[in-house]
Amino acid sequence: MKAPDFAYMRPDSLDGVFAALAQYGDDARILAGGQTLMALQNMRLAAADVLVDINRVPDLPDIVEEPGHLLIGALVRYAALAESPLVQQHVPLLADAVPFVAHAAIRNRGTVGGSLALGDPAAEIPACMLALGAEVILSSAAGTRTIPMREFYLGLYETALRPDEVLTAVRVPKRRPGQFHAIDEIVRRRGDFALAGLAVSGVAEKGAVEAISLALFGVADRPVLATDAADLLIGKALDPAQIETAKDAVIASLDPPDDPITPPAYRRHIGGVLVQRLLGQIREKLA
Amino acid sequence: MTFQAPIGSSLPRDRAKRLLAGRGRYIDDIALPRMLHLAFVRSPYPYARIVAINIAQAAAMPGVIRVVTAADLEGVVEPWRGTHNLFPDMKVPVQTALATDTARWQGEAVVAVAARSRAEAEDAAEHIVVEWAELPAVSDAAVALDPAAPVIHQDYDGNQAFTAAVSQGDPAAAFADAPHVVEREFRFNRHTGVSLETRGLVADYDPTSDRLTVHQSHQTPHQQQDLYARLLSIPEQNVRVICDDVGGAFGLKHHLYPDELAACAIAKLLGRPLKYVADRLESFLSDIHCRDHTVTARMAFDAEGRIIAMELDDLFHAGAYSQYPRSSVAEGNQIIRVSGIPYRHDHYRAETRMAYLNKPVLGHIRSVGHPIACAVTEQLVDLGARALGIDPVTMRQWNYLDDTDFPLTSMGGIALEKLSFQACLDRALERVDVDAFRAEQKTLRDAGVYRGIGFATFVDLTSIGPEYYGEGGQHISAQETCLLRLEASGGIRCYTGATDQGQGIDSGIQQVVAGVVGVPVSDVKVNSGDSELCPVGGGSWGSRGAALGGEAALRAGRELRGNILNIAGVLLQKAADSLDIRDGEIVDAESGAAHMTLDEVAAVGHFKPYMIPDDVDADLTVTARYASRGRMFLPANGLHVAIVEVDTDTGLIAFHRYLVVHDCGRLLNPMLVAEQVRGGVVQGIGGALYEEFVYDGAGALCNGTMADYLVPMAVEMPDIEVEHLETPTGTSELGAKGAGEAGTTGAFGAILNAVNDALAPFDVTLSETPLTPTRILQALGKI
Ligand SMILES: Cc1cc2nc3c(=O)[nH]c(=O)nc-3n(C[C@H](O)[C@H](O)[C@H](O)COP(=O)(O)OP(=O)(O)OC[C@H]3O[C@@H](n4cnc5c(N)ncnc54)[C@H](O)[C@@H]3O)c2cc1C
Repeated sequence: MKAPDFAYMRPDSLDGVFAALAQYGDDARILAGGQTLMALQNMRLAAADVLVDINRVPDLPDIVEEPGHLLIGALVRYAALAESPLVQQHVPLLADAVPFVAHAAIRNRGTVGGSLALGDPAAEIPACMLALGAEVILSSAAGTRTIPMREFYLGLYETALRPDEVLTAVRVPKRRPGQFHAIDEIVRRRGDFALAGLAVSGVAEKGAVEAISLALFGVADRPVLATDAADLLIGKALDPAQIETAKDAVIASLDPPDDPITPPAYRRHIGGVLVQRLLGQIREKLA
Repeated sequence: MTFQAPIGSSLPRDRAKRLLAGRGRYIDDIALPRMLHLAFVRSPYPYARIVAINIAQAAAMPGVIRVVTAADLEGVVEPWRGTHNLFPDMKVPVQTALATDTARWQGEAVVAVAARSRAEAEDAAEHIVVEWAELPAVSDAAVALDPAAPVIHQDYDGNQAFTAAVSQGDPAAAFADAPHVVEREFRFNRHTGVSLETRGLVADYDPTSDRLTVHQSHQTPHQQQDLYARLLSIPEQNVRVICDDVGGAFGLKHHLYPDELAACAIAKLLGRPLKYVADRLESFLSDIHCRDHTVTARMAFDAEGRIIAMELDDLFHAGAYSQYPRSSVAEGNQIIRVSGIPYRHDHYRAETRMAYLNKPVLGHIRSVGHPIACAVTEQLVDLGARALGIDPVTMRQWNYLDDTDFPLTSMGGIALEKLSFQACLDRALERVDVDAFRAEQKTLRDAGVYRGIGFATFVDLTSIGPEYYGEGGQHISAQETCLLRLEASGGIRCYTGATDQGQGIDSGIQQVVAGVVGVPVSDVKVNSGDSELCPVGGGSWGSRGAALGGEAALRAGRELRGNILNIAGVLLQKAADSLDIRDGEIVDAESGAAHMTLDEVAAVGHFKPYMIPDDVDADLTVTARYASRGRMFLPANGLHVAIVEVDTDTGLIAFHRYLVVHDCGRLLNPMLVAEQVRGGVVQGIGGALYEEFVYDGAGALCNGTMADYLVPMAVEMPDIEVEHLETPTGTSELGAKGAGEAGTTGAFGAILNAVNDALAPFDVTLSETPLTPTRILQALGKI
């Protein structure tokens, strides 16, 4: 479990990163928090020949307030995300999500950009961004494009990122009046990747649901929005019968992949349990 | 017999401060001049023939010194067989350091690369081309015993390796006539020990003096010395095995591993020091595993709820080979001997069958066989209680062996001196208000919250005597010797054959010596884990250190004390028996008045021996040995009580309480015993709830990483309460019994019973470990 030889570069500008990616193409990998990448290198799983360390790139934003949005830079660490007053005030779902991610040491190093770019299907932050309707900003020497989260994940560990692109930031809408949120996950041990998780964000108006997103993680090849369930809830009060209907819709929509340890039926079942629990919590909060 | 402090005091262990400060010396901390690093090519298949091995490209790679196959080791290292003479019918195939023509388990070492760095060795290993012819693998014990199954070892006509049976009374008739019978099939899935420090060694061979020094993360330095000497044909007095700090062992480090022997052989072949440290992925593949048992068992009760009879059939396997040098029979053999042991009954039958198949070797890990015996017995007792409408506590009170029954020989043939089942239960009931729990349980159930309480009474066969391995033909010492040396300054060096893997036995022995001689504990320095310096001993495994190493230390301490007083008597012109040693000073035994200090005695003893008459025993270096006689084990006992809550929506289990009442005889250091129990419980919780190797249909491991093989973690662990009772053994002066495995022994049973109690309203019974959320929901019919 020792990494094979690889080249290490630490450009001090985004242009430098673009140049490195242009030069090495598929052989290069961006190094952010390293919490996943270094383990993969050491285990010699698809080890990269060149690591391009972006930790010293000064032009990546921190956490910036914009009209209607927060711009969160790719290098923002989980720990900083949770501690940010801006995040706590404007996107509290993210602050609430961080304690579910891994363990303190990993949260000190792991980055928002790394989490989004990796796209682990059971990861919390990508699901939250999906529920929040965020958009990622991808840059390359050719320019910058913005992609909504719901179009960013294409498959298992597959994203819209091109080999020459860097995910530089994510733009997240600020909470609106009447906005509610909740997150929970089922794990056997605190800090594990979720067997299933759910991030909810929505807006209630006079006791009825005006808008709602239910982003499930750990139940498919990528984080998924339960749109059928959301459609059923819109315009309705969150009463137990509605919640039950939403739960059934979620269970019906899930087709979790088989894996040798946790059967799909288990993930599907707890997906439903999470819907019931979180919507119940929100109902209590709204009451 | 009473002992003076610090025997029985809760002192922090000697090594703790150093380890905490990062000054531990583990294998990977050792670097010797010209040292090479080893990496292995391991079989990717559970069962495959090796058609050809091409090393040409690898051998030419940067940093590579030598690529070694089995052929290169011929004549350097002997093959071996893991026999046991007490079980002469056991089939025991020959094993070699590297696979020769066939790999029989996924992870078996086939080729070794010695290079300047581990990374370079791994680079080269990736370029070794092995041409395999895959064979149909057998990965299930029941399948292995089917006559139609492929035979794993062609020297034999089938895969059945070993069977053993015990029978007492007339169980068939007892079951036929019994008013109540409960029966279950149990499944205990496969797991391992997961030590924080993986297996590893640095082997250093000097051809000019034919001398081999091995630094190894191991439990038994003298056993390894013997094995390396014999298998590598080096005179034993030239072999030294040093086990410095060992970062956890749990039984998986008291065997000979083929890859470790290969490393020593290659060090000899090359005449250069060589390091091999298993990485975590290799550990999961190649460490000894445990459990993987299917047990069918039943228990018969009379109309009042008294146990009449028990029967049990155990099926397991050894993996591809019998572990060496102990053999792999013990897990099954312990199950048939220990099941039912706390309870009075007259009819008993138990059988175990062991197969060979294509998985890593299954052997001895903390609490061999016991957790299974305990869980099976205790669940049957609870099922009986349920069937008869009797409360589980009352059921136990009625059926426990009590003081009037001892001594006796158990149905499984184990001599029981005196155990304290009833007293342990009484103590537990002082701590846990069962009636209040039942009332709360009922209220909570009405609110959809499911809590349960589980009891598990256990007997631990500790401190095995010399007859087992002596008659078995293994060179494994069950005798312990202690050497003490009084330094001129009055300090004492102690050398023991017991070893410390973090459990703190060094400190227990230190306390015995200090207490018996009469010096402050800081005046005694214990040295262990060195086969050259320490007297021949067994190391630490099977909960033996305190009982055996402690007793030898007591004897040596008494002898040294006698000699010190002899010298003092001469110098003071007083009878030696009128003197005493207290806190490092020679005092008048009656008045306590100080006469002289220990260093004054030592100075005369070492430098002015002419002042002491020849007929006075005045050796200041003494040894004493202790070997038990006429007893196979020192059984210890106790009770686990678990209170859990089962989330019936998710299948997750949370602990509300965990109590162990434990009786291991005399306590050398109650704190260290309590911590052993706690660590053991955590490991038991691992097996009961989390740890499980999953294999696919073709016998390949699916979860060999820390991400998907789940070990217990701190957040989920209960605050484990430990209560001590002390029923000393009369077979030694110290009266200590073993403590290291007790925490693990009872955990499976207590947790299974607690979960089943919690789920009683659903009328389901789970009998499979680990109790995963999936299994819980499947049992509840939710998925
Ligand atoms: C024990 C353990 C437990 C964990 N548990 C969880 C958990 O519960 N939930 C969870 O979400 N995660 C968990 N993780 C993963 C952790 O959060 C990762 O660190 C994170 O997902 C990746 O972030 P990173 O900054 O470390 O990325 P790196 O490891 O540096 O990179 C990961 C991948 O993303 C690419 N990348 C990184 N940044 C960029 C960028 N800006 N633009 C383009 N590509 C980029 C890299 O090239 C690489 O392919 C766990 C990790 C460990 C070791």
